[in-house]
Amino acid sequence: MARVVEKVPQAEAEKEELISGSEAIAVACKLADVDVITAYPIRPYDTVMQYVAKLVANGELDCEYIVAESEHSQFEIVKHASAAGARVFCGSSGVGWMYAFEALTVTPALRIPMVAMVGNRALDDPGAFGVEHNDALAVRDLGWMLVWVDNAQEALDTALVAYRVAEDRRVFLPCAIGCDGAFLTHSQSMVKVPARSLVDAFLPPYNRGDLLLHPDNPITVAPQVNEDWLMELRKHNDEAMKRAQTVIREAYADFEGIFRRAYGNPFFEEYQTGDAEVVLVGMGTLSMPVKVAIRQMRQQGIKVGFMRLRWFRPFPTEDLVKTLGRFQGIGVIDRDYSFGSPYFSGVVANEIRAALYNAPARPPLLSFICGLGGREVTVPNVREMTDLVRRAAAGEDVGATHWIGIRQ
Amino acid sequence: MASRLATLPTQQLDPFKGVKKVPLEEYFTSGHRTCQGCESALVMKLMVKAAGPRTIVLGSTGCMYVANTTYYSTSWVVPWMHTQLGSSGSAGLGTAAALRALMRKGKIKEEPINVIAFCGDGGGADMGLSAISAALTHTEYNFLILLYDNESYANTDIQLSGLTPYGAHTTFSPPGKAKRILHTRWKKNVAGMLAAGHPACRYVATVCASYAVEMMNRVRKALTIGGPTFIHSLDPCPKGWDYDPMLSHELGELAVECGIWPLYEVEDRKLKLYGRTRGIAEGRSKRRPVRDYLLRQGRFAHFTDDDIDYFQAKTDDMWETWIIPGVIPFGSDIVNEKAPV
Repeated sequence: MARVVEKVPQAEAEKEELISGSEAIAVACKLADVDVITAYPIRPYDTVMQYVAKLVANGELDCEYIVAESEHSQFEIVKHASAAGARVFCGSSGVGWMYAFEALTVTPALRIPMVAMVGNRALDDPGAFGVEHNDALAVRDLGWMLVWVDNAQEALDTALVAYRVAEDRRVFLPCAIGCDGAFLTHSQSMVKVPARSLVDAFLPPYNRGDLLLHPDNPITVAPQVNEDWLMELRKHNDEAMKRAQTVIREAYADFEGIFRRAYGNPFFEEYQTGDAEVVLVGMGTLSMPVKVAIRQMRQQGIKVGFMRLRWFRPFPTEDLVKTLGRFQGIGVIDRDYSFGSPYFSGVVANEIRAALYNAPARPPLLSFICGLGGREVTVPNVREMTDLVRRAAAGEDVGATHWIGIRQ
Repeated sequence: MASRLATLPTQQLDPFKGVKKVPLEEYFTSGHRTCQGCESALVMKLMVKAAGPRTIVLGSTGCMYVANTTYYSTSWVVPWMHTQLGSSGSAGLGTAAALRALMRKGKIKEEPINVIAFCGDGGGADMGLSAISAALTHTEYNFLILLYDNESYANTDIQLSGLTPYGAHTTFSPPGKAKRILHTRWKKNVAGMLAAGHPACRYVATVCASYAVEMMNRVRKALTIGGPTFIHSLDPCPKGWDYDPMLSHELGELAVECGIWPLYEVEDRKLKLYGRTRGIAEGRSKRRPVRDYLLRQGRFAHFTDDDIDYFQAKTDDMWETWIIPGVIPFGSDIVNEKAPV
């Protein structure tokens, strides 16, 4: 059943604030009246918790704010708080996210609608603070919904959408919001902060229903099942992830109606794709240099467009296949690696390649590994990638995977 | 109007005055699959009987998860949830934090609800120690962490843990031709460590279910005092310790009577020895030789007389040279008020 917003309140004046991506998500926590938040320091995500701490200290956010002693505890604490009916928020970066990995595996299995921010960061070793997507992508098979955002406004909006979708009884899965380290976590921009009344209209209270852990509902959660029942329970998660696609569409439709801000297709953004012959695909903040490069190339008559993937899980297979099938060549820019994978490509490239396998139209697809460890994705990089895709589209064998912007 | 109290009120659970005053109601019933003679299962039953029906129990991985909660035949009458092996501290903390937030904000009815998180010796003293330590500093939340110590990773086939006694035969420390004793580490002093290291924690106790009413009353006291509290229970394990299941109760008594398992509680930083331990400390009863305890268990069957003597010497050392016998292992120089060199 779709949730119908019966009455949209009169639009109140939105406030505009100059805030970073991290601060935008902290503001979303305040607007969503989150009950329990756990923090542990690691750059770059920890800026969100610094802002949460200020909100708590100033009395603007009424929540249990707990500084844990490790990421594992950080995620376990909110997992249990959510099971007891609390709306929760958490987050991490890089190896911190990996330290929490055991907790990350059980969270979707327990149908916990946690919302987490991943300030994407390169995994150790050696140390690097900059963005790579391998941290968040590590949970891609486990039942986490994964969404990447591009700017602070989208970060705030997506956090509200994430609560709405995660806490929908048809879904009850956790959602991680990927925010590129530094480029988004630490970059400020003007953000429209909606009024609390609008958020209340959009986001119903978290109701755990018959899964609530409380003496009035004395259930046993996660008993030992072994081969008798595990497969059926895994299928429940599979079905929930399928239903999430519908719930995401509903949420964005309601979002547009209530906040008067539209995102078009919820799953991906298209930029100058209308007449494009070739298309670049990527996630997160690399969209800015890509868009700048596209504007320059278009002045030279090169018909290239860009598709920025937002939701990686659930993967928007049908929409994406339909859209990508109309181009003559596809170049997928991965800010991640997948050593030893098919064609030694990036994670996103191989997902799209797999999605296209059964499609009627299968344009040539190139995988680009670019911008690792926070290295800038430059306009010349984008031109180089576009050139390779155009050559592949013309029938030339240029190889499947290219590392771009790397010292030779 | 939601309460703004720093800590939510607790249930007032007065001590049971004798075994006849213990209620008949069970909140841990049939359906579990623990071994015959399992003391840890008894600890679960007594723990939740002491706590009563308005209780949430969180159980970390171990025997009391795998053997206790089979899908469709749960033995728990109260709400129960699994937590990860090293997460008992986080589970108690997170659940208590949710209750506090939801009650303060008026999202659920305000009432005192007991939160108990339990862990085994592996989950508590090895992997989960850091989370338990952190949890015990959060004085604004009410929850009890109960460590059931059967002195090995018993569920996974008896592997040694940080609480396995010196020299014991486990599947990770079998006696062999070249090495008779493979496990040469001494058992951690968990309750003493947690009491000494967390002065804001209002209640830490050691218990043994062989003294069932005493044990239940310590659970009731911990829950009534509130804040984060900790109880360490020594649980004889027929499978891991290798003895006839009918001896479980007796072995618990022997552990106390031999002075290996001192019974004490630290309440608001005041230490009190209780039960037989108190009698030993006050000279009213004599410690039995550890030989009586060790030789009843197959896990020590490879011990020579020298090994037994060593075990006795270490136990004597605990009673004779520790600043507080069985609790604080610092030397007696400090007692004599000599300045540390």
